[in-house]
Amino acid sequence: MEIRPILSALMRSKVAMILIGLQVALTLAIVCNALFIIGQRLDRMHRPSGMNEADTFMVSSTGFGQNFDAFATLKADLALLRGIPGVADVTPANSVPMSEGGWSTGLNLQPRQRTSSADTALYLVDDHALDTFGFKLVAGRGFKPEEAAEVNFGDRLQPASIIVTRALADKLFPGGDAVGKQVYMDEDPPTSTIVGVIERAQQPWMSSSSVEMSTLVPAFMPYGKSTRYLVRTEPGRRDAVMKDVEQKLAEANHGRIVGRLRTIETVRAEAYAGDRAMAVILGGVIVALLLITALGIVGMASFWVAQRTKQIGTRRALGATRGDILRYFMTENFVITTLGLAAGALLTYAFNYWLITHYQAQRLPLAYLGGGVLALWLLGQIAVFGPATRASRVPPAVATRSV
Amino acid sequence: MSAPNPTPSRGPQPGLSLIAYYLQLGWRSLRRNPVLTALMVIGIGLGIAASMTTLTVLHLTGADPIPWKSDRLHYVQLDNWSAEQPARDDGSPPDQVTYRDAMALMSARKADKQAAMFKLSLPIQPENRELKPFQALGRVTYADFFAMFEPPFQFGAPWNRDQDEGHARVVVLTRALNEKLFGGQDSTGRSLRMNDVDYTIVGVLDEWKLRFRYYDVTNGAFADPDEFFMPLTTAVDLKQRSTGNNSCWQSPGDGWEAYLNSDCVWLQMWVQLDTPARLAEYRDFLNSYVSEQKKLGRFPRPLNNRLLDVNQWIVDQRVVSRDMEVQTGLAFAFLAVCLVNTIGLLLAKFTRKAGEIGLRRALGASRADVFRQFLVESGVVGLSGGVLGLGLTALGLVAVRALYSEYRSVAQLDWTMVLTTIALAVVSAVLAGLYPTWRACRVQPAAQLKV
Repeated sequence: MEIRPILSALMRSKVAMILIGLQVALTLAIVCNALFIIGQRLDRMHRPSGMNEADTFMVSSTGFGQNFDAFATLKADLALLRGIPGVADVTPANSVPMSEGGWSTGLNLQPRQRTSSADTALYLVDDHALDTFGFKLVAGRGFKPEEAAEVNFGDRLQPASIIVTRALADKLFPGGDAVGKQVYMDEDPPTSTIVGVIERAQQPWMSSSSVEMSTLVPAFMPYGKSTRYLVRTEPGRRDAVMKDVEQKLAEANHGRIVGRLRTIETVRAEAYAGDRAMAVILGGVIVALLLITALGIVGMASFWVAQRTKQIGTRRALGATRGDILRYFMTENFVITTLGLAAGALLTYAFNYWLITHYQAQRLPLAYLGGGVLALWLLGQIAVFGPATRASRVPPAVATRSV
Repeated sequence: MSAPNPTPSRGPQPGLSLIAYYLQLGWRSLRRNPVLTALMVIGIGLGIAASMTTLTVLHLTGADPIPWKSDRLHYVQLDNWSAEQPARDDGSPPDQVTYRDAMALMSARKADKQAAMFKLSLPIQPENRELKPFQALGRVTYADFFAMFEPPFQFGAPWNRDQDEGHARVVVLTRALNEKLFGGQDSTGRSLRMNDVDYTIVGVLDEWKLRFRYYDVTNGAFADPDEFFMPLTTAVDLKQRSTGNNSCWQSPGDGWEAYLNSDCVWLQMWVQLDTPARLAEYRDFLNSYVSEQKKLGRFPRPLNNRLLDVNQWIVDQRVVSRDMEVQTGLAFAFLAVCLVNTIGLLLAKFTRKAGEIGLRRALGASRADVFRQFLVESGVVGLSGGVLGLGLTALGLVAVRALYSEYRSVAQLDWTMVLTTIALAVVSAVLAGLYPTWRACRVQPAAQLKV
């Protein structure tokens, strides 16, 4: 339509056009990159841990004194916990997924291997592990009660049987036949036999490069005088059962401290607190930025309308309809925004390049750019609509006034 | 077109009164277009708040925690890792040392001061029966720790080197723990039972304003603070294993003695070296120590010792997170948008005042006068934006504290930051106002006065 008069009008106020265009360009670059970061964080936060998170919590016990018997306490606590109404199942557990603290080791296929075949997290549990964690068995079997052995802390861990995650099984035995195979947990024999494969059990460390590689080891191994348990309750009874558990454990033995009880939902929230904060902060920046840009467009458009009141009146007097005037300002905004977006696309990838080189970010998918462009086109049109409507209401009589 | 400003009867005078007059004009002009003014002030305020919030956290996390001696405190790293693979992917040595190396360095006493240390959580059994036993987080170290990191004492004093050597059962409490156990009274000389062992309290720290625990970054610079301090020799006597990070590249074998002699790293080692010459000497000493150990069959990797000072160590360990840096980068890009926005709005505003400018010029005001007047007006916008930005920054920091519990100690407004905020706002607004002001000065009086 009437692009040519718009362009020639714009050429007369280049600076104003450049300012709006620059603002649109910067906004596009920031919004696209920030949205991309938010998207990645949300993906990260939604990775499944492989366990039942809704009905589970951790509790720890730390004994003191020379006469404290950690093994006896462990056995007594398990019996006590399993008898509490509302408790579905309990396992000792040195750590849980997402807790950011735990043990890892290398698994080897040969004795005295120079570099290990796979790195894995270790969960020290008993025969109730699969049921308590809610890990899904995809091959083989769970642990038998007699497999969980007492191990002194500081002694080597060389279990006869282990359960591994599917990711770990596939890495060690790409043929998909891991069950029954032998691996070395230490440099020397004896080996450990893989008796089962579970679908998924994340490691405790969320930034680990091998987050899906975990191994369950049947062992009662207090950390000094400390023991930890994972409790699964019947659905919906977790919070009530937690209070009960804390009280009963404290009453059962005065020679120890019952540690802070933490639900696995809390563990997850804490593990991803940084990612959530990043998403919230960047989200805030995006909203504020879009607001500022929209208000800037309103301000500049109002100024142009005021400045050109006389010309608008003249055009109206010469026969332009109110629709023509409205369209003129809407089109003008579209042209400026488009020019800004073209520059913004380059800026977006420049920004993305900076993030890639300094922060190991990934390349921004085009979809984000496309979404950003559409959003800013729309934002510009909405912002200019008010001033453009005001322009269209300028009466033709204005043309005849001198000032 | 807007009406010209009423010009006072007295002519413009040089100096302060003129600036005051411009301030008055600026204020009046801003009040005449409240919406446009509000847009500019909000724009600058938001931009300033975003950049200052992120910058405050960045500034305080990255800031030197002990500026008067950070270049004299050095973190010791020795590369005792496996021949097959480095401790870190980038080839740097492990971030902690083994027990046997820490002991060797401690007994060599080649530095001006030296302290090996590790993290230990112990059950505390209070004398006061009303308090239930609880876990407390401690730092197990040497007497030199206090002289090196200089925590302030409220009561008593650190233990001494003789007590290190005598494996004395002594403890230093923090003010918070003393408050909890003894109601804040002077508890020195009294006894504290931890894990069924009695320790004599020799000192109580005063409030130690550590923004983060830079002496043990491995176990989390922003993790919970230490609550007590005791001699390392005593803890090892009692076979207390560290509750902090432990890494091994080969199995330590069975039992406590095997663990102490293993190549597992679990201690932090700091040395104070008072002159560059001493630093060079210490480097040589470390190299010869490692060469000796190589003869014994340890340290299979090439010589790779590091002696970073406090600030280098903080940078190396990325105490300032990548997220913080990205947020700061984005916040400044956001400020740039806000400034571009302000330039546009000021341009619009000043252009509409062409008539007024023409009148002032016709009445004898020079271009410089007009320039100053409009610059002052931009400054007023900046100042208002700065004040708004300061308020929003305070809110932003509240949000940061809520979102990141670990940054509670660093998300605080301080005076440097308050002044920086205001200055940044005024400077930004004046810079943003330069072009529009320059345009305003070029107004031809005659063109504007024609009717």
